[in-house]
Amino acid sequence: MAEVPQGGGGGGKHKGGKPKGKKSSTHIDMTPMVDLAFLLLTFFMLTTSFSKPKTMEIMMPDKPDPTKPPPVINEHNVMNLIIGPNDRLFYYFGNDDPKSTEPIHVESTNYAADGIQKTLLLPEYKNNKQFMVLIKATPDSKYKNVVNIFDIMRITDSRSYALVDISPKEIELISAQAH
Amino acid sequence: MAIIKPKRSTPRLDMTPMVDLAFLLVTFFMLTTKFRPEDPVPVDIPPSSANIPKPLSLTITVSKDARTFIDMDGKFSRQRWAETLSKDFKLNLSDDEIATFSNMGAFGVPMTGLKSLIDMGTAERKAYQQPGIPLDSASGQLSNYLLYAREADPSLRITIKGDRDTDFKTISQVLKIIQDKPNEITRFNLLTTMKAGI
Repeated sequence: MAEVPQGGGGGGKHKGGKPKGKKSSTHIDMTPMVDLAFLLLTFFMLTTSFSKPKTMEIMMPDKPDPTKPPPVINEHNVMNLIIGPNDRLFYYFGNDDPKSTEPIHVESTNYAADGIQKTLLLPEYKNNKQFMVLIKATPDSKYKNVVNIFDIMRITDSRSYALVDISPKEIELISAQAH
Repeated sequence: MAIIKPKRSTPRLDMTPMVDLAFLLVTFFMLTTKFRPEDPVPVDIPPSSANIPKPLSLTITVSKDARTFIDMDGKFSRQRWAETLSKDFKLNLSDDEIATFSNMGAFGVPMTGLKSLIDMGTAERKAYQQPGIPLDSASGQLSNYLLYAREADPSLRITIKGDRDTDFKTISQVLKIIQDKPNEITRFNLLTTMKAGI
């Protein structure tokens, strides 16, 4: 056990007859140090639970049977959400027909609460039971944006959504918009 | 006669043993928390509001520079995994090497490089820049790693740990490999961190 030496030290030696001057005691009060040590310990014990990673469950639709024809979807029930590079986000309605040469009117939006979240919560989409969102991402978009979109789906309680491949036509459309 | 009052001395407690104990505890926690195997590459996971704690899983890590790593929770399952991989792909892993593999963390080398990775010491392995598991469909490396891993422990969930700035192109390739034959996994988890606000 440690001991804080009391008195001025040199007490074991016998000095000569000369009277020594009064030495001040070096008694250190350890209480604040103990308080600090326990405070730090408790702080780190609690804060290590803050950086626990969480997970988000994803369920992808099963691969469609190639022998069966694809289901016909009403144009207005489908929102195509396209994630672009540099945090850009676009959407348009209707089926993406590669043969159609009609220009698609693409809306630009963002990830904030007044952007795509607000659009998804509009009653015309929220109350439509057949409404579905097709999420497509360009190859040069960032993973964090895709995760953000999945999170927004969770927050807006959208049930019907799927991550699908982006078509070359859509990639061209987005690069025209982004520049 | 004057009443002599007894000299009152303030009670003093010698705190030094308590300080010793406190620092002993701090040192203990500082040393024991280092036992988890470290990641070969630092990954900055994206935020989300999701709240489910990470289950025991097969973690596929994709770094910012598009390198893919794989990790499995469960020491005995890892051992079975190494045994079946060594047998079917003629990797010639000795029992010692399989034991080292069971204690390793995430790794990212094609199967041909697995033996030499295990033979490196822990320090050398940490300094080594692992090339990542090749994702091209011709080699089928990730696909085979997954298949054998799931055979060793079918109860494991697949968790994808991606860096927030990874290009979606690589993530898309990983997702395709997961969904294609022979694995055909449609349910998986994405690792995220807590979001500030919301």
